[in-house]
Amino acid sequence: MNSTPFSTPEDSSNQGLINRLKRQPSSPRTLFNTVMTVIVFVCAAIAIVPLVAVLWYVLEKGGSRLSLELFTQLPPPPNALGGGFGNAFIGTLITVGIGSAIAIPCGILAAIFLSEFAAGTRLASWIGFLTNVLSGVPSIVVGVFAYSVVVLTMGGFSAIAGGFALAVLMLPIIVRTATESLALVPQEARQAAVGLGASRFQTVARVVLPAALPPILTGVMLSVARASGETAPLIFTALFNNFWPKGVSEPIATLSVLVFNFATTPYKNQQELAAAGSLILVLMVTIASIGSRLIVKRK
Amino acid sequence: MVVSPNQNNEPMQRHRSSLSRNLDTAFVWLTGGFASLIALVLIAIAIRVGVDASPAMAKFGLGFLFESRWDPVKEIYSAFPQIYGTIVSSFLALLIAVPVGIGVAIFLSEDFIPEKIQRPVIFLVELLAAIPSVVYGLWGIFVLIPVWRDMGKGVHQSLGWLPFFSTSPSGPGMYVAGIILAIMILPIITAISRDALVAVPPELRQAAYGLGATQWETIFKIILPAAFSGVVGGIMLALGRAMGETMAVTMVIGNANKASISLFDQGSTVSSLLANQFAEASGLQVSSLMYAAIVLFVLTLVVNILAQVVVQRVNRI
Repeated sequence: MNSTPFSTPEDSSNQGLINRLKRQPSSPRTLFNTVMTVIVFVCAAIAIVPLVAVLWYVLEKGGSRLSLELFTQLPPPPNALGGGFGNAFIGTLITVGIGSAIAIPCGILAAIFLSEFAAGTRLASWIGFLTNVLSGVPSIVVGVFAYSVVVLTMGGFSAIAGGFALAVLMLPIIVRTATESLALVPQEARQAAVGLGASRFQTVARVVLPAALPPILTGVMLSVARASGETAPLIFTALFNNFWPKGVSEPIATLSVLVFNFATTPYKNQQELAAAGSLILVLMVTIASIGSRLIVKRK
Repeated sequence: MVVSPNQNNEPMQRHRSSLSRNLDTAFVWLTGGFASLIALVLIAIAIRVGVDASPAMAKFGLGFLFESRWDPVKEIYSAFPQIYGTIVSSFLALLIAVPVGIGVAIFLSEDFIPEKIQRPVIFLVELLAAIPSVVYGLWGIFVLIPVWRDMGKGVHQSLGWLPFFSTSPSGPGMYVAGIILAIMILPIITAISRDALVAVPPELRQAAYGLGATQWETIFKIILPAAFSGVVGGIMLALGRAMGETMAVTMVIGNANKASISLFDQGSTVSSLLANQFAEASGLQVSSLMYAAIVLFVLTLVVNILAQVVVQRVNRI
């Protein structure tokens, strides 16, 4: 780049020409360029400010309440001090567990069909399209659906209804990430398996699935993280419960609904617990996204 | 092909038993069944919610969409303020998030900063999308509302003659909902726009530089037009998300049953109506809420399908 055919340092008239070709910092075009560059730096700053502000708020308000008591005690009544959200924490594990137990096998089996048996077909692209549409259905509408299917059928709010709603929300995420993961497995691996006489089931179960496991796990982790923070589909399916969970067919407390309930009360103690619950939720989400990043990187 | 080469090897061949072959086929069908489950769930959502909403649909008809009464005592329901609130808060969010989101996407796809710094910034923007809605709501109540209420009072005093600012902000309201939605949809716009910008062939950029264009002339005249449909797809997906977003909006919008032109006024959205009333509702009220849910479902479905079509067209190019 230093030596162009028509300019040598010795040739002073050419040097003048080159200098004239350089942009003046004050010319309108360069000025516009600089201004726009400054604007996008400001945009990036504007985008990061809310993240820092949210994390700071949650750490500051919730961090001060962080202790073992949070996980061993029940939510306090309005005017009491202390207390925790042990039941809500376990409730989140239970509802997300139910959701995962439904969505993970269904999602992975569906992904196997889309990537192994129907790849490239019109059917697969239609189902892929519908998967994206399903992931765009508002979580509150999924909650209404779960209310209609489970709550009205079983005759009451329950952990199962909450888990069912979460499963519907997790399903498209798992299907999409698992389909992408399976598609990454080299075609040679399948051909080698079939060449050795493996059936379609054996090819999938012994060769393709193990090879695609790390990125599939990433998708599963992300969907679990998203489900554990979901609130809207739980407020009228799992409802809430002030006591320890007794069974899956009864209303159950969850961390996200506790944050919602306590954030809107006027009592300081409960507001602090809401912040502490938020901190736990944010920690779970952050750990899941960093963890899933590490899984992919290791691969 | 008169003589098949297999004929000589006949004794060597081992066929899979018919049971094993059937099991294998059954496995394929099983996976196919689970794949069609996705379509079934979508249809089931429409049918179940539609059936449960039918009593309200029969009673209130299309007037449900255009009137403003929500009266559980007299059992008269209509959801115009909520539909209005859903649309206004979403578009307010787009108004803020589109320029900033595209700006961030350009910032993260051009070489303004070294890649070592770019990666963590991309991660942070992704994290913005991962934070649960209810946490944004909590932050909105205790940080965003106090900050913006004071700013809003200033705006009302100086620009109060504009209908959008004609009431004094009392705390929660449409403007806070718009701001919090903008924060939540910004990562979607940024991520999808960035994908589209990065996918623009480098030759286009090189040709523009070769012709003497500055970096920003290249971005505005070459790269953004080339990535246009991807950016539009991202904006539409963000719109769909904003319309369906529930918790954060419910916590900061004020939940008043009115459609006010002033952004500082309190309002409600379809999703906040559902979140507030569903757990305690019964009878015709449940059915009316289901009707509102169907309206929201159809709105987001249309926006999402259009967005998918736009994005898929980009991917094909």
